[in-house]
Amino acid sequence: MPEQVPVVERIMSANDQLASSNRARLDEAGVFAINVMASPGAGKTSLITRTVEALRDELRIAGVDGDIATTLDADRIAALGVPAVQINTGGSCHLDAAMVQSALPQLPLDALDLLIVENVGNLVCPASFRLGAHRSVLIASVPEGDDKPYKYPVMYRGVDALVLNKMDVLPAFDFDVDYFRKGVEPLNPGLAFFSLSCKTGEGLDDWLNWLRSEVKGYVSGGSGQDTRD
Amino acid sequence: MHELSVTQSILEIALRHAEQADAKRIVRLNLVIGELSGIIDDSVQFYWDMVSSGTIAEGAKLHFERVPAGLCCLACEHTFPLNGRNYVCPECGGERVVAAGGDDFRLDSIEVE
Repeated sequence: MPEQVPVVERIMSANDQLASSNRARLDEAGVFAINVMASPGAGKTSLITRTVEALRDELRIAGVDGDIATTLDADRIAALGVPAVQINTGGSCHLDAAMVQSALPQLPLDALDLLIVENVGNLVCPASFRLGAHRSVLIASVPEGDDKPYKYPVMYRGVDALVLNKMDVLPAFDFDVDYFRKGVEPLNPGLAFFSLSCKTGEGLDDWLNWLRSEVKGYVSGGSGQDTRD
Repeated sequence: MHELSVTQSILEIALRHAEQADAKRIVRLNLVIGELSGIIDDSVQFYWDMVSSGTIAEGAKLHFERVPAGLCCLACEHTFPLNGRNYVCPECGGERVVAAGGDDFRLDSIEVE
């Protein structure tokens, strides 16, 4: 007769342990990190370049870019004069904690305040892999449609901030912002929400102020309790 | 897409516990997969034969306990399944609801010989 051996272990625990070690390394150097996730084309790199341009005089920023191939995104970040490391996942659909771990030694952590990690464009897999960042940010965009929180609940469930990008094209789409937000609230009550346009710059200030205050809160003690990473 | 690495993690966890129990063979793994965990059990099953081949877990049966995602109405406390269309309470029409359960993805136990 087979004998039952209790295990009760989370399957993602190996990745989670590496994520915790990334977090410890970041905390040791005093670097606040965000994990930026979205579907392809939602505006991850656009929001990051806008953010770097706005904050590079007040914060020391670096970027880690995950993509299946090319260094196009890291090149865009590096062009702004900040350190950027490209991770090519070689077909993998998400960043995992081990990939971020390998990128950290390539950055001058002791001379940084903010690390922006750009995940692979994907609304499914990145949700399952913690990286060790202090906050997770999801970017949605108007052309994707207002039903995405209903179709990809896992992704919307664990993030700390939600950015709705491309508000400048709202008149051209049947996008009901109220329906969209009602799909997010039950999954993630009270999360920070910003509607903006990276193209026109409208609404960016609220996002930048949130990020400033998160970095400031981190520097002045404790990383707080984030929901995912 | 990432079920291969996930299946490898399942195998590693199972083998470690089997070794601690001095088991010769793993015959069954009891997994719990929540609807909001983002894991597709068919894909895990697909990769399982491949990753377990040549180990003491080869041929072991994977048993999946699926945990549905639920929503709980804050007004009347009625709990109802996630339906993918809207998050309105079917009992009282309340729109203030919170997710309840379905995040789990774990190996609960293994059965060994």
